[in-house]
Amino acid sequence: MKKRNLIAYAFLLPSLCGVLFFYLIPFADVVRRSFLTAVTKEFCGLDNYRTVFQNEAFLLASRNTARFCLFCLPVLLGLGLLVAILLERHCEGKRFLSAYLLPMAVPSATVVLVWKMFFAKQGLFNAWLGDFAAMLGKERVFTTDYMDSGAAFWVLVASYIWKNLGYTVTLWFAGLLSVSSEQREAARVDGAGAWQVFWRVVFPQLLPNLYTIGVLSFLNAFKVFREAYLVAGSYPHESMYMLQHLFNNWFVNLSLDKMAAAAVVTGAVMITGILLLQRLWEKE
Amino acid sequence: MRRRIENGITAVCLAMLALLICLPVALLLSGSITGDYEMWERLLPMTPAGEGYVRWHWIPEFPDFSRYGKLLFATPQFFVLFWNSVKITVLILAGQLLVAVPAAWSFARYDFWMKKVWFCVYVVLMLLPFQVTMLSQYLVLDRFGLLDTHWAVVLPAAFSTFPVFLLYRSFRGIPESLLEAARMDGAGEWYLFWRIGLPLAEGGIWSAVVLNFLECWNLIEQPLAFLEEQSLWPLSLYLPQVGLERAGFAMTASVVTLVPALLVFAFGKEYLEQGISAAGTKG
Repeated sequence: MKKRNLIAYAFLLPSLCGVLFFYLIPFADVVRRSFLTAVTKEFCGLDNYRTVFQNEAFLLASRNTARFCLFCLPVLLGLGLLVAILLERHCEGKRFLSAYLLPMAVPSATVVLVWKMFFAKQGLFNAWLGDFAAMLGKERVFTTDYMDSGAAFWVLVASYIWKNLGYTVTLWFAGLLSVSSEQREAARVDGAGAWQVFWRVVFPQLLPNLYTIGVLSFLNAFKVFREAYLVAGSYPHESMYMLQHLFNNWFVNLSLDKMAAAAVVTGAVMITGILLLQRLWEKE
Repeated sequence: MRRRIENGITAVCLAMLALLICLPVALLLSGSITGDYEMWERLLPMTPAGEGYVRWHWIPEFPDFSRYGKLLFATPQFFVLFWNSVKITVLILAGQLLVAVPAAWSFARYDFWMKKVWFCVYVVLMLLPFQVTMLSQYLVLDRFGLLDTHWAVVLPAAFSTFPVFLLYRSFRGIPESLLEAARMDGAGEWYLFWRIGLPLAEGGIWSAVVLNFLECWNLIEQPLAFLEEQSLWPLSLYLPQVGLERAGFAMTASVVTLVPALLVFAFGKEYLEQGISAAGTKG
């Protein structure tokens, strides 16, 4: 047993050293710093935390981030499942999958200009909306400036779904394929309709996947910052001002004390969430 | 008959969605060969004084490929940035393989003291967004004078725990009886890893490489935070700075940036799909 331990740690050691050195030990330092003042390094108790929780930017950013996740995750998961079901029903469905995955290969930087062209006040999206209205026989002029109004939030949503739909569909699709076709066949023979077969037989078996798909999609939700930042800069319209912008701006302004406290708070919230979900996942 | 109609409708829906998703890339491709004058004309409505809407011609009236030549042969600045991207990506991937493969093997095949704790730490680290660990990374990099060098971006990413998780899944798939049989025949632990583990997990390793390549080629946050010197920047940071008045140039440069990622995507599609589904199914 002792020898096995030694061998296992020999394989793990390089990775473990790096993780300790670049992630765990410095994070412990950040926790320590969150209780100190930035300049004099004196102990100041919970002062930094109080400042953070009274900071309007932090409240706005947390609210926006929460709103974004609460809205986007269900939409993405639902839409992904729907597309995966369609893919599975169609005999050649798997061919479409690569088209849906394409955005994963597209670096955020390369679509910045395209996004600007789509969502400018006089951009393509408004032009198409006008065309569509004209097709229905109505004359309307659309002049929403998507980047500079409350609609910015929706641009963010669209960008997130565009980028991540393929990923989610692939995950659901793998789940669907693992449901045995005999069980479905049996239910059908017993007289269940397509709808019933799905809810009673297939869906319960997909549930264990739901946790991982949810967690992975949540992880990717934080990466919309890339598009948001590249298109709209450090201070975008307040409807899309997210925690990521805030961290970035505090970093640029070297507000390290506030940043430490905010990192601890955000980290704690997320770690609790992840561990809770993992518990649920393991129970399944 | 009903089945065929249904099949047809599904196909149309799926194809339309695929078209919609590929639209931005198509716009980029057509933009990259639109001549400068035509581009200026198209984008005129977006300027402050412009009127009407942007109208796009998917096939330009006057195709112009000369920008590619100019970009590739007469813009040394672009080359510096391109090589920065290549260097960062290759170093990160090499580091990840060197470190993550044995670590994943250890988690997948041995029971050891504190295994559960470490695995949990690895999963949590994999899921934490960069912003939460940004300050801690900055503190280490600053302490060791690595800021404003490529190592500032490469080293933390090389120790990312995501590939460990992916590879863990593929090493788990190897039947224990196979390893036991080899042990009976007197094979050492290193032999098991090198001669049995690695070849059998080859697919998983490629999945990790493809997924992480796409991620590294798209790095924004890390270089933004840790590299001040612009000549060290990867392409992904530089491109968005090109203004609207040089839209043609920006689109051509975007396509050139996109090509390596598309090539990896085209050749590694199967691995990509496997890698994604491996992370999602319970193992």
